[in-house]
Amino acid sequence: MIENKEKRSGNYIRAIGAVAWKDLAAELRSKELLSAMLVFALLVIFIFNFSLELDAKTRTSVTSGVLWATFAFAGTLGLNRSMAIEKDRGCLDGLLLAPVDRSAIYFGKAISNLAFMLIVEAVVLPVYSILYNTNLFQPGLLLVILLGSIGYTAVGTLLSAMSVQTRTRDVMLPILLFPIILPVIIAAVRASGGYLQNLPFDQILPWLNLLIVYDVIFTAIAFMVFDYVVEE
Amino acid sequence: MKAKPTALKTLDIVSLILLAIATYLALVFAPTERVMGDVQRVFYFHVATAWVGLLGFVVAGVSGIIYLKTQDLKWDLVEQAAVEISLVFFFITIVLGSIWARPIWNTWWTWDPRLTSASIVELIYLAYLMLRQGIEDPDRRARFGAVYTLVGAISVPITFISIRLFRTIHPVVIGNESAAADGGFAMTGDMKTAFFFALFAFTVIFIDLFWNRIRLGQLQQKVEQLKLKVME
Repeated sequence: MIENKEKRSGNYIRAIGAVAWKDLAAELRSKELLSAMLVFALLVIFIFNFSLELDAKTRTSVTSGVLWATFAFAGTLGLNRSMAIEKDRGCLDGLLLAPVDRSAIYFGKAISNLAFMLIVEAVVLPVYSILYNTNLFQPGLLLVILLGSIGYTAVGTLLSAMSVQTRTRDVMLPILLFPIILPVIIAAVRASGGYLQNLPFDQILPWLNLLIVYDVIFTAIAFMVFDYVVEE
Repeated sequence: MKAKPTALKTLDIVSLILLAIATYLALVFAPTERVMGDVQRVFYFHVATAWVGLLGFVVAGVSGIIYLKTQDLKWDLVEQAAVEISLVFFFITIVLGSIWARPIWNTWWTWDPRLTSASIVELIYLAYLMLRQGIEDPDRRARFGAVYTLVGAISVPITFISIRLFRTIHPVVIGNESAAADGGFAMTGDMKTAFFFALFAFTVIFIDLFWNRIRLGQLQQKVEQLKLKVME
């Protein structure tokens, strides 16, 4: 009820906050999504460990790739689930009936998706650091991970809203998402690799710029077209 | 059912004749390239099909935007036709390119910006077709298709730029001559004739296929409507 009043007040930011908070509160109670994403992410790292023979020498060059592949795979799991919950319980229809701008729903979902992804990353990073005895907690690397995750969830939230409405739903999301987020993966892997190998900043900068440009463009696009995706 | 318009029939025949002439020019008329030999003749159709692919890519993106603006299903038809033609022609481009690259680069494939972007476009198109297949409601199918082509049309150039930040070995025959490119060459007069004729011929073929495909789509819609009428 309090949520409804807030929306009626027409406060856009508060509407976004309400949608995001709804997701986070539901997740904090059930912990379904986060636990699945976390276990899945750790399993992906294990698979990489045995498929790539992550010894000390290869590790320096492939760490960033392993991390981003892990985030990308675990991310689709989260995106799928977070939209499927809305769809299955008719929650999305309720949200759409609320007298707020549709894009507020998009930003709310994107923020909660981003939060889930960051939580998973916050767990994967120390685990990876311990398992492979490397320090991944460098401010530059954390910035790259934040920028990459923003781009990933900006597109992912839009496309997952589409894929849940198709017949093949769960299968559809990675197929739709991966070719579109390829620039994010390329730039994020390069930039993270640059920080991990202590490359000079001017070699990392183009990749950071690319990430920022991608984030801005796709947040804007998603903001503009989200209406068409949820329209009945 | 309306019979095939005469103009379209004529265009079909003209396309066939133009294709025959272009083949003659590329295989017989154009001089053999000094360094690469006969395999260089692939170039004429390689660039021409890539041009058609690109044309389809741009038309698809633009008609996606127009559809979202007007909500007129006619533009959905145009978009789908453009995507399908582009899919086929980019595939031909990639195959022709590989045939050329095997003797010249000594490899079928390399992760160069153009090769990667072309294959990513193919994957986006396949995802697009799968997405459409999973949705029954024609309006929603059109909306999702338009949104996805729009997102793809913006993401592919970014992918191209991000891979271009690496070094490339793909030759740039038109425009500037890249010193690092392998298999670059300067065109002589007769080569230019064959080249520009191939471009022209394939542009006409594109228009012809495009027209045929749109007509097919219209017939398809009519059949669907008749089917619904019978079921009622």
